[in-house]
Amino acid sequence: MKKLLERLHNGEILIADGAMGTMLFERGLKSGECPEGLNLSRLDILEDIAGLYLDAGADIIQTNTFGGSPLKLASYSLEDKAVLINRNAVNAVTKVVAGKAYVSASCGPCGKILKPYGDTDPEVICDSFEIQMQAFAESGCDVICIETMMDLREALLAVRAAKSKAPGIPVMAAMTYDPTPKGFFTIMGDTIEKTSHELEEAGADVVGSNCGNGIENMIRIAREYRKHTSLPLIIQSNAGLPLIENGELVYPETPEFMALKAKELVDAGVSIIGGCCGTTPEHIRAIKKALGSNLSS
Amino acid sequence: MELLSQISFNLQNGFDETVIDLTKEAVEKRIPPDEIMNNGLIAGMNVVGEKFKNHEIFLPDVLLAARAMNGAMEVLKPLLIKDGIPIKGKVVIGSVKDDLHDIGKNLVAILLKGAGFEVIDLGNDVPAEQFISVAIEENAHVIGMSALLTTTMPVMKKVVDMAKDEGLYGKIKIMVGGAPVSKPFAEEIGADAYSYDGANAVETVESFFREDS
Repeated sequence: MKKLLERLHNGEILIADGAMGTMLFERGLKSGECPEGLNLSRLDILEDIAGLYLDAGADIIQTNTFGGSPLKLASYSLEDKAVLINRNAVNAVTKVVAGKAYVSASCGPCGKILKPYGDTDPEVICDSFEIQMQAFAESGCDVICIETMMDLREALLAVRAAKSKAPGIPVMAAMTYDPTPKGFFTIMGDTIEKTSHELEEAGADVVGSNCGNGIENMIRIAREYRKHTSLPLIIQSNAGLPLIENGELVYPETPEFMALKAKELVDAGVSIIGGCCGTTPEHIRAIKKALGSNLSS
Repeated sequence: MELLSQISFNLQNGFDETVIDLTKEAVEKRIPPDEIMNNGLIAGMNVVGEKFKNHEIFLPDVLLAARAMNGAMEVLKPLLIKDGIPIKGKVVIGSVKDDLHDIGKNLVAILLKGAGFEVIDLGNDVPAEQFISVAIEENAHVIGMSALLTTTMPVMKKVVDMAKDEGLYGKIKIMVGGAPVSKPFAEEIGADAYSYDGANAVETVESFFREDS
């Protein structure tokens, strides 16, 4: 398989996978349980989910390691198992995709607020991310995806940890933005302009956004990114914001709607399009189909 | 500048040590503690809350102001209790079960405390039963629930249903918030209110008490 960055720089559009959490709950993740805890006992579930997204046409499949940094695992007293939890997850996806898709190691926020606003030292967060990144590097993922970041400073710590402990592995960094009347900001007040410049400077190979917004806002976010960086862009949109209908959670954006809008993401200059909360293999299948003519693979 | 205005000004800028020193100075000058709280600290937090609502400032500024507020309240609390100053109202707050995100919830707790409410923060991953049992034990006026994950939102409905079963519905106000939560969702599950951000949560709680009086 050609190198990921080479394909992106050649202008190819790649499809990433959709939501993980809902898939885990449907397959037996219990209330109150650590999602990444399944990586110690239920590799069959991880393989099942990876297989479904691979069948749906995803070129990039994420690992179940969003909360796999030791700091985050500590809330379940699983921090000592961090290396194994991350390795097992990468290995499970690698086995299923068998070279037909890229294995993307997910890294989410550590759950702490950095000083001086919170009580956590940057060194503590850095150490935690380094342990996770080293585990990713040793298990041989194709790309690292730092995602759902709401504090640019934390995202930068994660990017630098990846670059130091997993040199040679491409790094994608996706932030979560709130729409405001004055434009898009992270909850900590970082603009797209600032995040895009600083992530690029820290060494991120791909930048973008995931979660927090439906696909129409994501198109606006992508356009704003394009003004400030020439790096490849990744967008993983929610299927809108959920409603409850007849006691069931329903995400309003259908596979057809997202697939239609995905073309606008391509027009905005996005290279990797996937889904976040509320998206399913059906969403990914529809997006893949809609963008078929744009995909050169 | 007048002392209480100085407290408010320094609080808005997050200068916690100065705010604590000025609060002690105000106490020494025999300014009544509730006046220091209302016209100094809460006045400052109101400005912070308003600016945050208008996206003029962001979470970091709110966190620093809140730290200053909390530091000064440590000075005032024993005096307020001694003077028998009644609290404005009691709010039980938490992120719902299976949700480990607590930034939004913490912010609401901070701003509610800043507005002078007593806040019982149950933390994150809070089961429905705990919201109800603590609300009963503490004689709370409001239950506030936050969710960031869509998968955890049904817990909010469970709390509303349990409140109905316990005969609390209508007596205790229930409000919900968090990124995936919306007004139609709040209406659908029978919550009393939806808040879209921290400042709005304070306005919502204030409105509950206006309705009551």
